Amino acid sequence: MLADLVTIVWKEWKELLLSRGGLRGGLVSTIGIPLVMLGIYLPWQNGPEWVTTPLLPVAWSWLPLLLVGALVADSFAGERERKTLETLLASRLSDRAILFGKMAALAGYGWGLAVSSLLLGTVTVNALHRQERLLLPGANTVAVIVVFGLLSSLLAASGGVLISLRATSVRQAAQINSLAMLALILGAVALAKSLPPSWGARLAAAFTGPNLVRTELVAAAGLIVIDAALIAGAVARFQRARLILD
Amino acid sequence: MPEIVIRTEALTRDFDALRAVDNLNLEVPAGTIFGFLGPNGSGKTTTIRMLLGLLEPSAGRAEVLGFDVPRQADEIRLRAGALLEHHGLYERFSAWDNLEFYGRVWRLPRRERHARIEELLRRLDLWERRREAVGRWSRGMKQKLAVARALLHRPQIVFLDEPTAGLDPVAAPSLRQDLAGLVQREGVTVFLTTHNLAEAEKLCHLVAVISAGRLLALGRPDELRARAGLRAEIAARLVDETTLDALRRRAEIAAAEWRDGRLLVELHPGAELAGVIAMLVESGVRIEEVRKASLEDVFLTLIEEEKRCSPTS
Repeated sequence: MLADLVTIVWKEWKELLLSRGGLRGGLVSTIGIPLVMLGIYLPWQNGPEWVTTPLLPVAWSWLPLLLVGALVADSFAGERERKTLETLLASRLSDRAILFGKMAALAGYGWGLAVSSLLLGTVTVNALHRQERLLLPGANTVAVIVVFGLLSSLLAASGGVLISLRATSVRQAAQINSLAMLALILGAVALAKSLPPSWGARLAAAFTGPNLVRTELVAAAGLIVIDAALIAGAVARFQRARLILD
Repeated sequence: MPEIVIRTEALTRDFDALRAVDNLNLEVPAGTIFGFLGPNGSGKTTTIRMLLGLLEPSAGRAEVLGFDVPRQADEIRLRAGALLEHHGLYERFSAWDNLEFYGRVWRLPRRERHARIEELLRRLDLWERRREAVGRWSRGMKQKLAVARALLHRPQIVFLDEPTAGLDPVAAPSLRQDLAGLVQREGVTVFLTTHNLAEAEKLCHLVAVISAGRLLALGRPDELRARAGLRAEIAARLVDETTLDALRRRAEIAAAEWRDGRLLVELHPGAELAGVIAMLVESGVRIEEVRKASLEDVFLTLIEEEKRCSPTS
């Protein structure tokens, strides 16, 4: 199973790189530009605050959602559109190897880029804004970015793959995916605004001091449940006959 | 490997009200090139999909290499190669990378995989262009590469769904020749669907004719021709009524007709055409061309009969 997952990840990443006009162009646009923007330009512009701001873990743990969300529509709908899906399904690969391989490729890309840009950003800040001591993000910040980055990558990958499995074209998958993301963001904003003032204060307290770690653990558990539900949905939806006839 | 590699018993597949495959009974012996002939929409692709475990039958059963369809579909796919309706190549990938990917899928060890890729690409004259993205290739070259992919892991059985469809008159025979050569060298059983009868006649040891999901005939190409009766079309000049009457009186002739400058004759089973030709020449007829009934004539006759007998026609 692991060897099959690696094979699918190899194929998916190679396709991703080649989809941007050749290997070099792909490396520049899918890895180079995001890394320069997120790991060099933004940290350089923001200075030492980049490492210490409490916004960093919030922004960086959700960054993969955007990175993966932009690519995931292609996963199955693209194979179907390019007429490569049936041949892949006729191979010896198991359902789970194909499905999880595609999810792993996408989640690995989003998560890897988030963690890499955090590391590069730290190097950039220390190199371009020298201080008396080394500026490093706190342990909690790193843990939040690593754990939530992975969970949000999985959220985007599993949800997007589920949508792509059902969509008849890449365009349709991309549209549904965008709407789902928009609904997620607007829903969160609307929920925050609709909370009574006393709840707002309690929520703020939950993210400060000794309550922070507990809140993070609860949020991580919630995300794990959602990810598991989406993965289960994708597993249930992945049926060779349906994929061929859709 | 079992002697019979594909066995279907009353295999049926419905799509809502449409019966795509209807009570199909087949036996394909090991080591043969089995031609599955039928017009477009006759159920050929649906049959392949069922045999590969990609679609479940609505009724009946099938076995491939001794494994039950669809219960042991993984075992079948492990031992089978396929070139399906579409070539299924990753067009942004090079030829090498396409085969590299599927070589990894079939877990061929690195050294063996690379040697096998080189062997196939050289045999199919694609080696020099192995680093090019296949999206820029002609359809014929893509089909050749897809054949290489289907044979890469040395499968016991290969399913080829209309491999020469859409190829030009130069590319199609070239691919057919490559295919025949590869299949002979590899000793693999081939299940080939086509609506090109010349292709089936040249490549196949056994042929099944299917129409509207129903099996119309099964046998060697020469057997099928014999079953439909020996017919010949003779392009000739100077055929008069006397000669035609004399021809009709001959024992070996079942029917003879003069139409549009062509003499259409049907012989009784076992009769030889040579005596008929000699008699015509002696009668002063100038013969320009003699064409014996091909598999195509048999095929068209069967399809016509099927249409006449079909309750829906």
